[in-house]
Amino acid sequence: MTEKIGVYVCHCGTNIAGTVDVAEVRDWAEKRLKGRGVVVARDYKFMCSSLGQELIEKDIKENELTRVVVAACSPHLHEQTFRTACKRGGLNPYLCELVSIREQVSWVHTDQEAATDKAKAVLSGGVERVQHHEPLEPLRVPIHPATLVVGGGIAGIQTALEIADAGKHVYLVERDPSIGGHMAQFDKTFPTLDCSACILTPKMVSAGTHPNITLLTWSEVEKVDGYVGNFVVTIRKKARCVNTELCTGCGICQEKCPKKVIDEIYEAGLGYRKAVYTPFPQAVPKYPVIDKPNCTYFLKGTCKACEKFCPTSAIDFNQEDELITVEVGNIVLATGYDLFDPRRIPHYGYGRLANVFTSLEFERLTNAAGPTNGSIVLRDGKTTPKAVGIVHCVGSRDRNYNNYCSAICCMQSLKFAHLVKERTGATVYNFYIDMRTAAKAYDEFYQRVLEEGTLFVRGRVAEVTDAARLPSEEGKLIIQVEDTLAGKQRRIPVDMVILSAGLQPRFDAKATAKLFGISCSADSWFIEKHPKLDPVATMTEGVFIAGCCAGPKDIPNSVAQGAAAAARVLAHIDEGEIMLEPVRATVIAEKCSGCRICNNLCPFNAILFHEDRMVSEVNAALCQGCGTCVAACPAGAITGTGFSNEQILSQIEGLLMLNIANGRRPVEIAEAVMA
Amino acid sequence: MSETFEPVIIGFTCNWCSYRAADLAGTARVKYPPNVRLIRLMCSGRLDPTFVLKALASGADGVLITGCHPGECHYIEQNYKAMRRFLLLRRTLTQMGIEPGRVKLVWASAAEGVRLAQEIANLVEEVRALGPLNWGKDETSSFILPPLPFELEAA
Repeated sequence: MTEKIGVYVCHCGTNIAGTVDVAEVRDWAEKRLKGRGVVVARDYKFMCSSLGQELIEKDIKENELTRVVVAACSPHLHEQTFRTACKRGGLNPYLCELVSIREQVSWVHTDQEAATDKAKAVLSGGVERVQHHEPLEPLRVPIHPATLVVGGGIAGIQTALEIADAGKHVYLVERDPSIGGHMAQFDKTFPTLDCSACILTPKMVSAGTHPNITLLTWSEVEKVDGYVGNFVVTIRKKARCVNTELCTGCGICQEKCPKKVIDEIYEAGLGYRKAVYTPFPQAVPKYPVIDKPNCTYFLKGTCKACEKFCPTSAIDFNQEDELITVEVGNIVLATGYDLFDPRRIPHYGYGRLANVFTSLEFERLTNAAGPTNGSIVLRDGKTTPKAVGIVHCVGSRDRNYNNYCSAICCMQSLKFAHLVKERTGATVYNFYIDMRTAAKAYDEFYQRVLEEGTLFVRGRVAEVTDAARLPSEEGKLIIQVEDTLAGKQRRIPVDMVILSAGLQPRFDAKATAKLFGISCSADSWFIEKHPKLDPVATMTEGVFIAGCCAGPKDIPNSVAQGAAAAARVLAHIDEGEIMLEPVRATVIAEKCSGCRICNNLCPFNAILFHEDRMVSEVNAALCQGCGTCVAACPAGAITGTGFSNEQILSQIEGLLMLNIANGRRPVEIAEAVMA
Repeated sequence: MSETFEPVIIGFTCNWCSYRAADLAGTARVKYPPNVRLIRLMCSGRLDPTFVLKALASGADGVLITGCHPGECHYIEQNYKAMRRFLLLRRTLTQMGIEPGRVKLVWASAAEGVRLAQEIANLVEEVRALGPLNWGKDETSSFILPPLPFELEAA
């Protein structure tokens, strides 16, 4: 054994030491793995602390260690920490191996003896593997300075503005005709009751006019090629049928268009728009789009009213979708959420009982620019309600629909209660399971709404019905609920019911995740690199997430994430290049038989074949390091850096050196290998 | 020597999904039997069938191969290649007189810590029922490969 290996076993406080006998693992490694090159074995309370790291540095210098194995937490957490410590000690960082005895041993097993034995096996696997490690240098990849931001809601706008203000170019892609997202639909924002449009539209205008932002609305990303630093993104610009170079946004086309269409998106189905439209007056960009499936000209071949009246001849019925390609170094996804469809809960009556509204419909009702000019009225368009019931947690915290809390509904419901009270003087009931008002000035707002006289009933609503049992219930909606504080069933007649519907991942979140090569949780929210410490990065380098696409959030959190994602992107751009793991495949030309089996296996077309020399070669710039070709080569001519055959085969041997407590063969195998 | 047979299982995990799932199972303190020892690969496509044979030859009683769900591979489609190899490997193992039930392919996304733990527990019980691997001892044995769910679907 020529390598001198140092072994470090971490207690992680009691996280590891509570289940694994750390001292025994250390002793075992010291004695039994001596023959495998282990010269130093230590245990320490927290290996990741600076004192723990210094232990490693000191040993590398004093004991001339050539390899280091740390048995601690997952490499996804601290691999970098220990590699850096090795580097400081003067050892190539890739000669260090971190094996997980926390996530994979102490946290998942309860039997101390079995856990200790497994920790020994895992450690021994690391010791065998590390002998075959090679000194490596990280790959340096240049970063293209432009950025793609997908989604023009508040999170995406914030990201785009932060990056653009720093002087870097941004492509902001939005699939609707205008940026603004859900925030553009709201009337007031909690808890300050700021007018939503008043605080959002200046940002929209900045994004629309910023010299560093290319705004691509009515557009969708079709294809993503490449990798961090060098993505090539294909974007479909859907045909607007309006020439944006000529259009002045005067709005005459919208006035003259004879076709009225129910606006299912912006007005939540409560209002109308025309077949040629901008979703709302402050839309950015100001150019309208023609809704082809509803346009009379596209349906019947005649009309062209918009074309006739357009003062600048900007209408172009022959416009076609355009595919454009952009090169970017980083991508930020801020694709937002969909509202839970309360039709899925039939006993709440939405879609069947006229005066049951969704939260988004209510936002439009209260909005001064909405279909009722801001008056809160029943579905008939004129009656002001005298009693209103607000149902919390619709589709959230419910095993039948979504288990999670949608985070914003309590505050949103309080806001609704305040607005109803202020504008109609109606009696307002809130039906809640728990009040969750945990953020700056949120609970104070709750207190304020309580003081205003809104009534709170603790209990999940069982049913909303129009079947009256008493004369006083005639013509009303009756909310059947168990009041869990009073301990009795109640029937509360109201005129209007607002369902505070939860937030859901976008209907196409899974497809989006696949397109950009990131993962989704079981609910379909995008998964962050680390839920606590790296909330805007993803497992895919160069792809970041911000806002509700990663989980329900309120506006301040979405804005903070947008800015955080921008900071991460700017750090990449400023650095100019990014260091990547040097996990790549290489063909050893002398061993290659030219069979070309590997050629078709690579999804990145990184393997090229030299006809003249009859050998294959891996293009390191294109190779992503999956190792499929390494496994396939019948001649064993391809090596996978960091995951070579020798490394994995010896790790297997090491893992099996010791069998589980009191099982078979522990001694013979251990000794056979050591002999 | 205890009466119950404790199988040893080597598990191959993908860096992007199942290794994360194992981390998640840990963070969430989901319990599973200590019989499995995991190896991290960058992708299930890296799995050389030799690794499986090596594990069985070195004393493992079973092998778990895990990767991203079909269509969710970090490297676009390499998990399909792992699946092709797995199907072939099952036939090879049968010819060698090894019960195909000792080697299992499981898809587990980064979010499926609980599922991975459950699959590990299932495999441990399945291999426990098969008993210790009698590598090459029983040359006359032959096993009929049970069809896999996706093979049934295809038929």
